Amino acid sequence: MPLVIGVPKETAAGEKRVASVPEVVEKLIKLGFAVAVQSGAGDAANCSDDSYRAAGAEVVGDAAALWAKADIVFKVAVPTAEEVGLMREGGVLVGFVWPAQNPELMQQLAARKATVLAIDALPRQLSRAQKMDALTSQAGVAGYRAVIEAANAFGRFFNGQITAAGKVPPAKVFIAGAGVAGLAAIGTAAGLGAIVRANDTRAEVADQVVSLGGEFVKVDYEEEGSGGGGYAKVMSEGFQQAQREMYAKQAREVDIIITTALIPGKPAPRLITAEMVQSMRPGSVIVDMAAERGGNCELTEPGQAVVKHGVTLIGYTDLNSRLAKQSSTLYATNLFRLMEELCKAKDGTIDVNMDDDAIRGLTVIKEGSITWPAPPPKLPAAPPASKPAAAAPAAKGGHGHGAGEPMAGGTLAILFGVAAALFWLIGAYAPASFLGHFTVFVLACFIGYMVIWNVTPSLHTPLMSVTNAISSIIAIGALVQIAPPLGELAGSTAGRPDALIRWLAVAGIALTAINMFGGFAVTRRMLAMFRK
Amino acid sequence: MTSSLTTVAYIGATILFILSLGGLSNPETSRRGNLYGIVGMTLAVLATVLGPRVDAAGIPWIIGAMVAGGAIGLYAARAVQMTQMPELVAIMHSLVGLAACLVGFASYVDTSIAFTGAEKAIHEIEIYVGILIGAVTFSGSVIAFGKLSGKIGGKPLLLPGRHWLNLAGLLVVLWYGREFVMAPSIEAGMTPLIVMTVISLLFGIHMVMAIGGADMPVVVSMLNSYSGWAAAATGFMLSNDLLIVTGALVGSSGAILSYIMCRAMNRNFISVIAGGFGTGGGAPAAKAGEQPAGEVSPVSAAETAELLREAKNVIIVPGYGMAVAQAQHTVFEITKHLREKGVNVRFGIHPVAGRMPGHMNVLLAEAKVPYDIVLEMDEINADFPDTDVAMVIGANDIVNPAAQDDPTSPIAGMPVLEVWKAKTSIVMKRSMASGYAGVDNPLFYKDNNRMLFGDAKKMLDEVLVALKA
Repeated sequence: MPLVIGVPKETAAGEKRVASVPEVVEKLIKLGFAVAVQSGAGDAANCSDDSYRAAGAEVVGDAAALWAKADIVFKVAVPTAEEVGLMREGGVLVGFVWPAQNPELMQQLAARKATVLAIDALPRQLSRAQKMDALTSQAGVAGYRAVIEAANAFGRFFNGQITAAGKVPPAKVFIAGAGVAGLAAIGTAAGLGAIVRANDTRAEVADQVVSLGGEFVKVDYEEEGSGGGGYAKVMSEGFQQAQREMYAKQAREVDIIITTALIPGKPAPRLITAEMVQSMRPGSVIVDMAAERGGNCELTEPGQAVVKHGVTLIGYTDLNSRLAKQSSTLYATNLFRLMEELCKAKDGTIDVNMDDDAIRGLTVIKEGSITWPAPPPKLPAAPPASKPAAAAPAAKGGHGHGAGEPMAGGTLAILFGVAAALFWLIGAYAPASFLGHFTVFVLACFIGYMVIWNVTPSLHTPLMSVTNAISSIIAIGALVQIAPPLGELAGSTAGRPDALIRWLAVAGIALTAINMFGGFAVTRRMLAMFRK
Repeated sequence: MTSSLTTVAYIGATILFILSLGGLSNPETSRRGNLYGIVGMTLAVLATVLGPRVDAAGIPWIIGAMVAGGAIGLYAARAVQMTQMPELVAIMHSLVGLAACLVGFASYVDTSIAFTGAEKAIHEIEIYVGILIGAVTFSGSVIAFGKLSGKIGGKPLLLPGRHWLNLAGLLVVLWYGREFVMAPSIEAGMTPLIVMTVISLLFGIHMVMAIGGADMPVVVSMLNSYSGWAAAATGFMLSNDLLIVTGALVGSSGAILSYIMCRAMNRNFISVIAGGFGTGGGAPAAKAGEQPAGEVSPVSAAETAELLREAKNVIIVPGYGMAVAQAQHTVFEITKHLREKGVNVRFGIHPVAGRMPGHMNVLLAEAKVPYDIVLEMDEINADFPDTDVAMVIGANDIVNPAAQDDPTSPIAGMPVLEVWKAKTSIVMKRSMASGYAGVDNPLFYKDNNRMLFGDAKKMLDEVLVALKA
């Protein structure tokens, strides 16, 4: 009997998102689940009841029936007390819960013996968890929308233009906080053609800002602002002073400010003061994405757009609902990925595996007992601040030019010892004529050693073919055997098997000639191809 | 031509050969280097033929043999495909080895050169050693040729107790060497000589059969070295300094190449020669039980083109798969297209990519890729963090992060190209099969990695079409 996933209509005021969309419903059914959707749940996000039916979901008339039917409920907004009341005993709830902010709700859910998977409690630093990270997907949408809202309220073009009617300068946008929302805003604003500047207390995001087409504005004060898990922390007073000066300067220069600064579990930091707003040019726009948590700007009115000192202050808290279809689709996909993790067997049942770091993190209530907060995941959250010594061994050796690092003293001594013994043996027993050749041989080896280390690695193949051609010098050996002027040489010429030697030599010459001509010709052909 | 003049000509040839190898330090001077080699060889051959050691009666024979061999050589040089270079080089090594054997035998039966006492013993040892090296080079190269051209399977053939077999062979060779030197007459010496030759041939076959496909760069350069030592041994045999010098040059060249290749794989030379990598006692298989966690994200050719189009810095890492698929020309077309669009495209070459040293460079040069954007591993490894897209074409072990991260991995410590540090890496592969070393590649499971499955040539053609669209 497959479990039923229920998608109720969101009840929070102004919430237009829906927890699953028809495209994703289809995938959930493929995982083996049955899906029930409350009638009208997707209306505000352009998903009609018919489209859900077409995807294979059952459409249920009212909320009570749906909650009663569902084994697993997908929610977007934090559930209300009434909704919890509707919930089936021992059911599963998936959605935003914010357990730290909603202790009462946690108690109510625990009383219902529910299992609650809080998508906001996901350990985001696990790379495996990124596909389920709804905070990121929603923040990205909000960042985009913030720029669109700003553009809507702003009286000029974003991009600079030179038209027959005159020159239009590009808009200057300053983005405070380069988290997911901030980066999405940077990308969107840069895409519209504005000059984008951004700041964040975490210095490591500077590269990301630049990669999206923004300019990173530094605060003139040394302090590292990374608070673990990819969030920022509260900064020291000295830093905040320097930061205020920088914001005041930006406020005088830019046309649009978008603030995204949030610190987990704390009210939003006050970055933009009333004086800064006054110093901005009339017609400027501030979008305060932290409005819900008190706002980054002193004058923000949460949920509203107001004009103060000639500056439009946008404090909408429903940016995601203003892009309901997109937000819903991404959110639905995040939840689908979560279900994939829970239902590895694809049989429509779930297994809340508490040994899995990601699942453990987001399970805040397991069958009525509160399991929040989760212990930190086993994997290290952030790379250590200083580079480990791993880089050091990589530096050794270098490339082909030079024979690498010197040998260890002991090895060298042994090597010299062996060589000395060998030379002594040769010196003691070999005749003088051999020693002459031996000298030449040893010196030639050394010349070869020196010359070959200078060969560039890209020419190693031609090197092999040319040495191959050169080694056909062995032909000389065959040449001198083929028909020596016998009279002049010592030794008995009587029994010499002339014919046999000649044929051996001819074969030798023919073989080496293949090498000689072929080797040089193919080297030539290869080298001709190397060009700048 | 007098004997002194011949000697002077030999010295000239020696210098030209050294200059020839020295010229290869840089592509600019390499063409002249090859020319030096040709001039040196011509000088040496002419000085010998016109010198006192060759009678006029031999000249027709020499010309006949030279023309026949030369024609075959020139034809082969013209007809060979650049992807077949390793095979050509291998078969040419075998010719040098065989020639060394023939010269050795001819020298032994030649009674006109007579020595006595220690000189005789030394001369006979030289012959014995010369034939031994020649025979090993010959049979080993023939097997290497067979493996490289696919006529013999690439899997290492491991006979039980192969090290003992080799040791027994060595002892027999030593014992017959003593018999050979003691032999009172040429006829009596012939038996040990032939027995030794047969054992050497078998040893050469056995040695190369035991070595797997990806260790071929080491084998090819090692055989290159052997062919040099064979020439040097022949030089001792004939008391010819030119042969000794040239043989030593070639021998040390091959030895250094082998050393470079071994270092690039973080392998000990002895263990490569001993053969059977990745099958040693089944230990790697047990360790491979730990599968890298994560998901593989496949992409289409169109998405690849999209990624490339949006990138500013691209590094392409080719491997043997590119050579097999003959994809180098398409790679060049893509490179050209991207460079015209202002994308900084470069190539990162691992020392053991392909089947012989420098194999990838030659293929890319054939496809007209300018050599100044083709960089070595050490030159380019630091640039991956600034790279938007790293494209891996038909390579596996040389981009395996396990070599750095996992001390238990069979390839631990091998230097690798750090493609995973790029923003996105795309791996083109026919399937998820593991590489030569039999090691699973955690790169495939990384979040910033994408897999483009399919034949490299076909997929790259599709990427090119999508890029131009």
